[in-house]
Amino acid sequence: MPMETWLPVVWFGVIGFGVLMYVVLDGFVLGLGILAPFADDGEQLDLMMNTAAPIWDGNETWLVLGGVGLLAAFPTAYALVLSALYLPVLLMLVALVFRGVAFEFRFKAGSTKWLWGWAFALGSLCTAFWQGVILGALVEGMPVQEGRYIGGLLSWFSPFSMLTGAAVVFGYALLGSTWLILKTEGDLQRTARVLTRPLVLVVSVFMGLVSAWLPFLDSRVMERWFEDGNFWWLSPVPALTLLTAVGLWRAAMAEGRDARPFVLTLCFFALGFVGLVLGIWPYLVPPSLTIWEASAPASSQGFMLAGVVVLLPVVLGYTVWSYRVFRGKILAGQGYHH
Amino acid sequence: MDALLLSRIQFGFVVSFHVLFPAFTIGLSSWLAFLEYRWLRTRDAVWKDLYFFWLKIFAVSFGMGVVSGIVMSFQFGTNWSVFAERAGAVLGPLLGFEVLTAFFLEATFLGVMLFGWNRVPERLHFLSTCMVALGTVISTFWILSANSWMHTPQGYELVDGFFHVSSWREVIFNPSFPYRLVHMTLAAFLTTCFVIGGVAGWYLRKGEHVEPARRMLRLATIFALIVVPLQILAGDLHGLNTVKHQPLKVAAMEGHWEQLPEGEGMPLVLWAVPDQEKRTNHQQIAIPRLGGIILTHSWDGQIEALDSAPPDDLPPVAPVFYAFRLMVAIGIAMLALAVASGVRWRQGRLDSARGLHLAWKLMLPSGFVAILSGWFVTELGRQPWVIYGQLRTAEAVSQVGGASVALSLGIYILAYAVVFGFGSAYILRMLGRGPLPHEPEPETEGGERTPARPLSAADASLEEGAR
Repeated sequence: MPMETWLPVVWFGVIGFGVLMYVVLDGFVLGLGILAPFADDGEQLDLMMNTAAPIWDGNETWLVLGGVGLLAAFPTAYALVLSALYLPVLLMLVALVFRGVAFEFRFKAGSTKWLWGWAFALGSLCTAFWQGVILGALVEGMPVQEGRYIGGLLSWFSPFSMLTGAAVVFGYALLGSTWLILKTEGDLQRTARVLTRPLVLVVSVFMGLVSAWLPFLDSRVMERWFEDGNFWWLSPVPALTLLTAVGLWRAAMAEGRDARPFVLTLCFFALGFVGLVLGIWPYLVPPSLTIWEASAPASSQGFMLAGVVVLLPVVLGYTVWSYRVFRGKILAGQGYHH
Repeated sequence: MDALLLSRIQFGFVVSFHVLFPAFTIGLSSWLAFLEYRWLRTRDAVWKDLYFFWLKIFAVSFGMGVVSGIVMSFQFGTNWSVFAERAGAVLGPLLGFEVLTAFFLEATFLGVMLFGWNRVPERLHFLSTCMVALGTVISTFWILSANSWMHTPQGYELVDGFFHVSSWREVIFNPSFPYRLVHMTLAAFLTTCFVIGGVAGWYLRKGEHVEPARRMLRLATIFALIVVPLQILAGDLHGLNTVKHQPLKVAAMEGHWEQLPEGEGMPLVLWAVPDQEKRTNHQQIAIPRLGGIILTHSWDGQIEALDSAPPDDLPPVAPVFYAFRLMVAIGIAMLALAVASGVRWRQGRLDSARGLHLAWKLMLPSGFVAILSGWFVTELGRQPWVIYGQLRTAEAVSQVGGASVALSLGIYILAYAVVFGFGSAYILRMLGRGPLPHEPEPETEGGERTPARPLSAADASLEEGAR
């Protein structure tokens, strides 16, 4: 098989992996911000932020890897998507700026501390929403002619993209609440447990809605799932998703197994991600750009891939190490006041 | 509205804001590694107090650098999509290697550096500090390679207007890269050096934190005495390299409009008011022949003049010309201050030289100003090209309407004003407070039960400072 055939496939996998890593890792940090209004007081919010303070920066770096990986491997798709979704991307980036600096500013702010509590909450909420909108607009497809985007400033606005925007907000909130079950005890953990069950329900409904809607957006999705007996091959995906949701519902209130809800939520997200990819493949920008059409030349994809193969395991290695350094519960009255 | 002009303003705005933070944290992370090393070697508490003090400043600056950097990595697509599409195969992998070799390294070890004091053995903590410092330098390597390639592109072939790489070695080690890398890295270290010296001068003027301030002032003096002359040399070599590859940029820096008759020699223009329209200088003050001697190292040498190119191929001369003079003036002032401090030190009067302390205090932001001026010189000086000689800036812009770009520019200005206004205020306040004896360590327990304690002393005093 020539390089030009399989390199784009490998790169689709690499970028998919990067995006999934970003979604689950920054997802739970953004979820903490979305859940910030449920904190009893400033001290509880300190606690929530402290569970992520040493690792948020590394988590956010996966977004940069996704963006830059797209530029390197699929420059045409990078150029098309970002300029077409100009406004959602802008608003997501600005929200991320406020969310990020809130971590550093809040503990140093003095009388303006409240401001950065709000920046954390609203920044996280808006980042999540706009990421969902970007996802929805991408899956739905955008008006492209001869490789150029021909829609307007607001063509991403649709019922479907609003639905995915809301879905991602609740999905991240679920990641955040199960992370808190893992990392905290006492009142805050109880709050997180109480929030988890309704969130499981809401996220399952959103997943169902998106899954039901997708085949009607695009006939290819319909064919992929429901022709040639494909459904039987693919049915483990929705079946496992459903099982995971049930397991989550039960695990949410089970005392003593504090890691299980978070792990199940990770599976939940991974399955949802697989479902989406099955709908999109082999397009990067449905329905106009396949991964082969959007690809950089093999000289670039190959060079960068060599770097990924050598360096990504190293990155994953020290990332795991840093999570181990900061393992365990964060207790009230302690904190990272650096 | 003109989407091209607005996109240029927006890119200039976000990149100028962004560059200030890495420029500071590159040097600061090495400074922190030095402080921690001194503490481990001497067990002198002053070093440890200084470490924790500068660590807080570092955390805030680094955070602002990270968030403004994420904006940068998406700007190419949102506003410069034609550039991204055509050159992505070259620049994407360079930035990709930056993420894989530097960004993850910095971000992950930063967490341990900030919060791991009680969680990892002290040698491992020191290693984390070193990894963060190493990450900032590796990041400088890749980003300047990418930037230099846009100035002096090579190692590629054009396929339907798209840049395809034929040799990665030639792309990465393009002709202007070594010079730019050295010049920018030294600039970043000097920026930090003058902040440290400036803070020391400030404390000595106030009569506070005298012992740490004396140490910082001495270290800043030694560093500046070695590195400022090196930087002037590096700048000169970088300039000669630019004469070779981008002669019009140097002509704009020198205000050199007309080709002179053979044997006349090029003057060094000290001051003038360049007039792009009439293609000449007004109110010119110049030293005969010196320009040729500096740029060509010969008595009657001259470089290609601005009149050798059509008006459409010229950079905006006045901003390049002024920014260059500002950068050079700061370089000379840095050298003078370093030498004066060295002399006073030898006389044993460094601690009582009140005037010098004031000079250091006033020079605190000088590195930032010099970096921005240098940045304007090199980036405006290569206009109208975004990839020199190959792709014009005007062709590279996205097909996004002027109104959209005006809106985004407004949002960026507003958001950055709030975020970086507060951020700078917090940094200044922490600097004003200074290192406390027995600076409290960042607390890192969690997992084991330890008694609850109120906010640390550092935060408490900041609260008071805010009221």
